[in-house]
Formats: sequence, C-alpha cells, structure tokens
Amino acid sequence: MSDVLPPESPSADLRAESAPSPWQLATLESMRIDDWLAIAPDGTLTIFSGKVELGTGVQTALAQMVAEELDLPLASVRVVMGDTARTPNEGLTTGSQTVRTFWNGARLAAAAARQALVAMAAERLEAPIADLSVADGAVASVEDARRRVTYAELIGGKRFDVPVPAKTPVKSASAYLLVGASARRLDLIAKFSGMPSFVHDVRLPGMLHARVVRPPSPGATLDALDESSVADISNVRVVRLRNFVAVVAEREEQAVRAARQLRVTWRETPSLPAFETLYETIRQQPATDEIAREQGDVDAAWNDAATVVSASYFQPFQAHATMGPSCAVARFDDAGVTVWCQSQGVFALRNALAQLLELPVERVRVIFQEGAGCYGHTGSDDAAADAAVLAREMNAPVRVQWSREDEFAWEPKSPAMVMEARAGVDAQGRLIAWDYGVWTPPHVGRPTGMAPQGRDLLVGQLLQGVSQPQPRAHVGGGRNAPTDYTMPNARVTVHWLASSPLRISSFRSLGAFANVFANESLMDEAALAARVDPVTFRLRHLDDPRARDVLEAAARQAGWGEPLPHGVGRGVAFARYENTEAYAAAVADVHVDPASGVVRVRRIVVAHDCGLIINPDGVRNQIEGNAIQAASRALKEEVRFDSTRITSLDWESYPILTFSETPDVECVLLDRPDQPPMGAGEATTTVIAPAIANAIAHGAGIRLRQIPFTPARVRQALAEMGSTAGDAVGK
Amino acid sequence: MAALALTVNGERREVTSPADTPLLYVLRDELGLSAPLFGCGLEQCGACKVLLGAEPVASCRLPVGAAVGMQITTLDGLGTPDEPHPVQQAFLEEQAAQCGYCSNGMMITTAALIWRTPHPTEEQIRSALDDNLCRCGSHVRILRAVKRAASLMWEESPDV
Repeated sequence: MSDVLPPESPSADLRAESAPSPWQLATLESMRIDDWLAIAPDGTLTIFSGKVELGTGVQTALAQMVAEELDLPLASVRVVMGDTARTPNEGLTTGSQTVRTFWNGARLAAAAARQALVAMAAERLEAPIADLSVADGAVASVEDARRRVTYAELIGGKRFDVPVPAKTPVKSASAYLLVGASARRLDLIAKFSGMPSFVHDVRLPGMLHARVVRPPSPGATLDALDESSVADISNVRVVRLRNFVAVVAEREEQAVRAARQLRVTWRETPSLPAFETLYETIRQQPATDEIAREQGDVDAAWNDAATVVSASYFQPFQAHATMGPSCAVARFDDAGVTVWCQSQGVFALRNALAQLLELPVERVRVIFQEGAGCYGHTGSDDAAADAAVLAREMNAPVRVQWSREDEFAWEPKSPAMVMEARAGVDAQGRLIAWDYGVWTPPHVGRPTGMAPQGRDLLVGQLLQGVSQPQPRAHVGGGRNAPTDYTMPNARVTVHWLASSPLRISSFRSLGAFANVFANESLMDEAALAARVDPVTFRLRHLDDPRARDVLEAAARQAGWGEPLPHGVGRGVAFARYENTEAYAAAVADVHVDPASGVVRVRRIVVAHDCGLIINPDGVRNQIEGNAIQAASRALKEEVRFDSTRITSLDWESYPILTFSETPDVECVLLDRPDQPPMGAGEATTTVIAPAIANAIAHGAGIRLRQIPFTPARVRQALAEMGSTAGDAVGK
Repeated sequence: MAALALTVNGERREVTSPADTPLLYVLRDELGLSAPLFGCGLEQCGACKVLLGAEPVASCRLPVGAAVGMQITTLDGLGTPDEPHPVQQAFLEEQAAQCGYCSNGMMITTAALIWRTPHPTEEQIRSALDDNLCRCGSHVRILRAVKRAASLMWEESPDV
C-alpha cells in the first residue's frame, strides 16, 4: 500500500492551496475540479475523497463512478480518502450516505474534467468537439484515429483550475460500461497478500509503542500508582496525567508487559444500574417526548378494532466488536501534529484534537488509514487522541494499540432501548390503529470539536477529571420508529432519555435495528391475530411499488407458503431504511431445538432495492454481511455489566456467530438504473432480527420480544407456552 | 541479548527479541511482516495466525522461543500479488472479504486444511474455521472460497 507513509509535507501536493475550511462541508459551488481529482504525468488518476473506506468496498464504487465518466480503465484510478490536508471535507462516513455523496460530488467533478479535457483536445487536435471521441483515457478524432491525445499529455501533473459547472452533462445510465458491472475490490489483492494495509501497520522512524492503562470502570479515578512495579522492564516510561495513565516503550511487547504489570489503584463507584432490571430502569427514567408521526385519531380508533395486540420489546446494549482493536499513530513536528487513525470523520476529529491539544486547527492534520470493519463509532477517535497526547509527552512518534479488553470496555455501545407498541385490526383484516413508543437515548456521541479541552474524547475526560458528556442532539433513536405502512390512524412517539449508564454512540442502522425489530414483530403478531398471512398482511398496507416489489421478490425467492421440514419455521420482515433510503425484505428459515433452546438460522433470503446499482458484487457482499452480522446480534449479542464494570470483555464473554452457525444467504438485487443510487451498508441489518423472531414464532409457537434470542430465553418461552397452552396467540 | 535464529518463509532470520516475546510482535515489529494482525492477544479470534510447519497457530501468545527450529510461514510467504497461492487466488475470485482484517487467519487456516484434507466437506470446512472470527459477515464467501481453493490447489494433481 503506497499510502501508509504520506508525503512528508502537505504542500508538496497539488491540492494544498485549496485546503478546505475546518468547519465547512464541501459543496459543488465551493469546489474546483482539482479538489476532487488529479491526473499524473503517467496518466493515473487520483481521486480525493473526504469519505473513508470502512471495509465495505465503497472506494471501488467511487473509482467505478469516476472512471466511467472519464472513460478510464479502472486500473488507472487511485483513491485517497480522509486526509484533512488533501481531501475535501465531505463530513462523516455514516448513514449509508457515501455512495450518494460520490454521486453528487466526485462523479460530477469527473464529468466536468471530461468536458474540460475534450475542450483542450479540440484545441490541440484542431478539430471540432463533435468530431472527437473518448476512450481509455484519450481523446481522438472520430475520422482519423491517429489524431489522438491522452489525458496525461493534456493535463498530466497540472491543475485544471476550473470550477465544476452547476449543470455538468453526465453519461446516461444506458451508456454505462463500468457502473452496474461487478468490479473486483481495489484493496483486496494487497490485503490477501499480507501487505501493509491497516492503520495497525503504520510505522514511523523512531516510533515508540504505547498502551493506555485504562480505569476499570466508568468514572473511576486514579488513587495510587506504583512506578517501581515495572522497574524490571527496560526502556519503559510511565506517563501519568491526572487520571490518564500510559506506558510507553521502545518495543511493543515491553509496553504490553508493563501495562499488565503496572500496579495501579483506582477508586471506583458502583454507577451502573442493576443488569437484571435494566429495562424497568429505562422505562422509569425521565424523558423528553417527540411525536415522530401523528395521523388520524388513534385513541378513537381502538373502538373499531376487531383485534388488538400489544407488546413490549427490548434491545440490549450491543458492541461494534471490531476485529481489530483501535490503533493510531501520532507525530509532532514544527508544522504541528499529524495523526494516522481510522476516524469516520477526520475533519470533526481534527477540530476535537485542536481543542484537546489547544492547538490551532491548522496545526492538526488527521490522516485516515483503514482499520478492521467498524460499523460505526468505535474507539478509533479516542485512540487517535491517546496517540497525540502521548506523542507530545514523549516528544517522539507514538503508536497506541488498544487491547481487546479496552475495546470492549470503552468503545461506545449501541444503546439499550425499550419499545412498547399496540396495533388494532378491523374485521376486514386492515390495520386501523397503531400506537408505538420507543424509549431511547440519542445514538450519536461522536467528537465534534465543540467540547472544550477535548472532553468529547476519552483522554480529554481523563485529563480533565470529567465524565463522558451525554449526547444531547435527538438523533438516531427514532430511526425507522415510523413504519412504511399505510394506515388511517397512527401515533409514533420517541421518548428521548437524557442519559445512558454506558458510553454510547452510533452502531450500524442506529435505532432502526430495534425499531424495525419491534415494528415488524408487531406486524406479524397483528397478522397472526387477524389470521392473515404475514406477507399478504404487509402487502395490504404497502402502497409504494418499490416496497411491494422487494417484499414479493423475497417471498418468491424463499418459496413463501411452500411446506417446510419438520421443526423449521419461516418468518418475513420488511423496511425502507430511514423511511427514505434503500428497501430491504428478508425471509428467514430457522430451526428451534426444543431440548437445548438453540435457534439455528438455516437460510436467509434478502431482496434489496438501492436504486441504480454501482457494483453488484459489492452490494451482494454488503447484504450478506449485514444479514450475518444482524443474525449474530439477534441470536447472541448482549453487553453485560455488574454494578460497577462492564463484564463483556472478550470473545468468550461477548460471543459472535461462528462458521458452524452461519446461515446460507441468498440475495435478490432489484436494479433501478433510472433511479439515483442509495447506500447498501445498513438497510439489510434492520430486517434480520424480526424475520428470525417471526420465524421462531412460526416454527416453535413462541414469541421472543427480547434480543438476543438465547437458548435460555427460548427454553423459558417454551416452558411458559407449555403452562398456558390453549391461549390465543397475541390476545 | 543473544540472538534467536528463526526460519521464516524459508529464510533464516536472526532476531534479538527475548525468547518469551510473543511471536506476533517479533514478526510484525522486528521482521516487518504485516500479514499476521493483532486481534485479541487471547488466542480467541485467529487474526494473528501463521503456519508452524503445517499447523495453523495463533501467534499472539506463542513465545518466539517455541518457534525456533520450526518452519514459520506467513501469508505473504504463501504467495504474492503477481504469483498468488491457490488459496489467495480463490479468495480473490470469490472476493471473500469485506474489511480484510480476518483474511490472514482465514487463508492460513484454509491452506493448512486443504493440505491435510484435500477435498474437505462443508462440515469439515466450517469446523476448521470455527476458531476464526469474522465480524463483517463474509462467512458465506469464505466458505465458497475454501471450496474453490481446494479445487484450484489440486486440479492438476487431484490424487496428491
């Protein structure tokens, strides 16, 4: 990987003069072609993107879009992502918005570059533009192919120095050669050959290795530290800055050993609620209510309902559980500090680091390097801050590697949530009333640079002796709380909690994971109570043809309605992500073993519509991954804690799905070349848990309303069903 | 510090790390090999695997002293971008990764599996990979890649 070590100085780069303002997001109006791309003398094209590659393969989709507009082979495209000195500020890489951002940004810049290149060629070849054609990075006369000039000859190593026009002609979808065809990922050859690919592989001359010795629990303060306890390890320095303790060594294994061996006493307080009664605690907390949807007269409609079902659903704290614990490298020099890390928002992190280090923003450079898949806000930003503080303290480049236990204990979790819902169906089997409430804290606790002294970063909190600030902006918890179904009377309320006992932030699909689980479970409960087939029931309430298409496609592919082997249940779920993004429907086949209570998901079928598909194999990869990860979350995952500490600290105490437990996954892609592309990174995640819950209800006759669906909960539900046999489902 | 002599990817390498240093740090920090990755340090996830002889082993806790005298093979020792090993070729053809952080352990495990069991059954594959974790959910692709690797590996001499 060429980019592990960056150019020594940002000014060596063509783009440095137009470095964007620290707070302003890039807009087409404010940008020039050179802000997005550069063509080198050898003809290779480099794209500069403020978005980053989180392991989804999105850089390949970006390269496809840009190469398409410029008629360049994919092999001549390079991608530089997330460098505050070199790339436009395109905000955070979140919310499955990256493909949309490319579509409305870099793609248009590429189209504008093509226009400019063709105009230059017309001059050089003394031919009218209408008589020129473009292929393989060169412009040629249609009549005489020997009259030809390459992009490299026209612009190689030079700036375009033109803005991107407001109305740039772009290729039509019917002319696409690269977009819409499966392309191999640009990054996998290097990764499969063991070449340096990750932030973990960044090495600088004179670099020291650090481990942070973290407090054992939230809010713990440092009582005593015995430096002599590591005196037998050579070349180790203990850094103590208020509650921030770290060991820094010349060799990594020395730092690892010192961190383990250092005698530290912490003062802890039992600040966490009782684990067993977490959901009661959540429901009793004060909340700020937001009406997310209100239509018709719900309170009056219950009178007309022939069937009413009501239920509560529970979502635990869950961990991103990235395979590679957070890592970062930082270096100070005369220009300021440079930090290599896996931040999802290098510009926001730069602002936060400037606050933390009390440096002008211009003296902080953040460079993204790939890490392991993160699926949201992990410890990456915090590791970057650790490294920056320690590099300054040591006056040397420092690499900080979090331990597995650090990552589980300190990465922000996906919040626990409670959903209470009630649905009324009339005698004709139509939904006439729907009342849904979700109790959730905000889901976004990212560093922004708005907090003084970097208090939105762990190290800032340890240095200042303050606790984690609670996220205030009401974001994420209400995602997909409203359904996509048409009904006359509905009310959806988001009860925003002011605080969370564990540190929290964004995890794939945010609140939509729990909200779609609750909504789509209740849809099934309502359908069954009204004795209507679950697919028929959903279709009855779906007007959007694209929504109907994905649901019907999933049902058809799965063989909905066909007989199943003994003991196997089949369930369905549908959602449009954020009610405005990609559509996904899933059908799950599960087997429940009554003796052990083990739920085995055998097969998942997903139908998916994300508009125009850029890279079909990339979309399939995302669907498969979302399905398996969400199945893992549904079946196994729950962060546990005692009154003081998080106790899910490794892969044994926080198990995830293994190969033996992996279902088959089948994808049906509904391509919409006439529609703009939407992200495929999250939609599937939302429909898996409810499809599994509905399949368990179908196969075993038990309704599981609390994630995860552990063997113990299955056995308990089976026992309860045995003791109340004969009760009508859902009544 | 007395030097230890290792055999890594067929070459003799002298290292100065103490004998109790985990092999992973010796390979990554002293020999500059980036293929094995730190995932847990607990022998639970498989990201740090290397071949010791023909055995796939986690290198994150294994003392380097215990690897003296053994053939150590890392992923980059199996093949290169220009001359990929059949396992690497199969993973490429199946695009069997998302972030790629677990890929090292998956491919090391696969190489050992198809060496010992040239035509593994689905169950043998799943069982062999069970102590390798993948968080992105690339499992179905990896399963396909292992099957493809077996057929690429042995297509010229299926009876080996």
